[in-house]
Amino acid sequence: MNKTQNNKAWFLVLPVLLIVSLNAIVPLMTVVNYSVQETFGNNLFFFEGVKWFREVLASERFRASLLRQFSFTFIILAIEIPLGVAIALSMPKKGIWASVCLVLMSLPLLIPWNVVGAMWNIFALPDIGLLGYTLNAIGFDYNFTSQAISAWFTVILMDVWHWTSLVVLLAYAGLRSIDDSYYQAARIDGASRWAVFRYIQLPKLKHVLTLAFLLRFIDSFMIYTEPFVLTGGGPGNTTTFLSIDLVKSALGEFNLGAAGAMSLIYFLMTLLVCWLFYTLAMRGEEK
Amino acid sequence: MKNFRWFVPTLYILFLMAPIYWLLNMSFKTTNEILGGFSLWPQAFTIDSYVEILTNPVWYSGYLNSLTYVVMNTLISVSFALPAAYAFSRYRFLGDKHLFFWLLTNRMAPPAVFALPFLQLYSSMGLFDTPLAVALAHALFNIPLSVWILEGFMSGVPKEIDETAYIDGYSFPRFFVKIFMPLIASGIGVTAFFVFMFSWVELLLAKTLTSVAAKPIAAVMTRTSSTAGYELGLLAAAGVLTIIPGAIVIWFVRNHIAKGFAMGRV
Repeated sequence: MNKTQNNKAWFLVLPVLLIVSLNAIVPLMTVVNYSVQETFGNNLFFFEGVKWFREVLASERFRASLLRQFSFTFIILAIEIPLGVAIALSMPKKGIWASVCLVLMSLPLLIPWNVVGAMWNIFALPDIGLLGYTLNAIGFDYNFTSQAISAWFTVILMDVWHWTSLVVLLAYAGLRSIDDSYYQAARIDGASRWAVFRYIQLPKLKHVLTLAFLLRFIDSFMIYTEPFVLTGGGPGNTTTFLSIDLVKSALGEFNLGAAGAMSLIYFLMTLLVCWLFYTLAMRGEEK
Repeated sequence: MKNFRWFVPTLYILFLMAPIYWLLNMSFKTTNEILGGFSLWPQAFTIDSYVEILTNPVWYSGYLNSLTYVVMNTLISVSFALPAAYAFSRYRFLGDKHLFFWLLTNRMAPPAVFALPFLQLYSSMGLFDTPLAVALAHALFNIPLSVWILEGFMSGVPKEIDETAYIDGYSFPRFFVKIFMPLIASGIGVTAFFVFMFSWVELLLAKTLTSVAAKPIAAVMTRTSSTAGYELGLLAAAGVLTIIPGAIVIWFVRNHIAKGFAMGRV
């Protein structure tokens, strides 16, 4: 759409600007403030420069949670995106069953995150949970509270359960927007099922899949509540992702300087992804 | 091949329902039975957990608190975002692209980054432990989201409609409320749905910004499990009840969701 140049439009944006600034700028400045100071209690602060940043970046603990975070994000993306597309491809196209599928599949998206964690906790308990009991009954040695591998398996399965539907919904909406004439043309040409997917459906899905990919990247990068309720970051520190580590040091240990520096590094990383996301999304829109 | 198509979605839905079934199963058992051993369905069926939640003010006020801030947040987010989204969809103005990008960065900000500063900000404003504090804090990610979704819907409305209305002598506010808003009604519905959803499922900020008076249900659940022992039956029943508002909302917007996603937003 060709837009008119009109700077008075600022007045329409002003309320949003004010309320978001209150929420974004004041807290961000607080974090910046903490990140460059040292405190010994009694509200006494001393300027420390970049000490905290150097300390955080050099610390084993931060690097370990960062590595865990990237591994987790990579694994769930590798599972959820192909799985979501496969499910969307085999869903009914219209009618009552399409609605039933949509409603049932959206259900996990609307459950409060701590309930998701609690639900998976009792689902996976080795003695009384359906999943844990079944796995042990068929011969696996499974206990997510004491074994790192079981804990990772459970956290990943939980995230697949929780978020694959988002990919399904996006891919499904993308598929619905393909005009029927494409399929008719393909049928006339005698195209195989794979050719239809590769040359008609996949190109049309490119835009929504970019979105799904980046949304899942960002949200899994910020994941906190579900693994915290499920495993508490354990056993040991094996499922302590970035957010969990951050909250531990800020609200748990009150290590404000380090937490502030960590927040900023963390935020800058998400910002970088966000910029990438915005550029890609806008480029897709201009085409 | 065609006959086996239903197999994949069915299998997936079964996988989705399994933990939910387990939660339901637990919610109809007594805590003793749950800890007593494994059973696929309740042996001594009881609805005591539900009765306890619906009659004990500590529990049901948690639900009311959560619903209060979620509804407040939905109203704030959508009504603030409407004019802004209109500006972005219709006009070019100084710094518009930068502003839009900056708004979006807030959708991407990890709540964990903001938890502590938010606590201090809202305490100093005297809003700590009120639903308004949570509603305003959730606006951080819900307003950018609303602007984004609404802008997509508004760009689908031809500009000629605006121009015709102005020629007919409509003032901007009257045009906006009487003509424009009905045109994008389904967009407003979809936006409200997503805002409701993200506010309902968020816990970290809601828990940080409240202590007693405005405690959300999610926080009631975590705290009860630590003080009164591990009341699994109660916890499960409370969990089941938190699924219900979402299920109701989703049933109402089921036909609009695919459309909302198709806009490529959210």
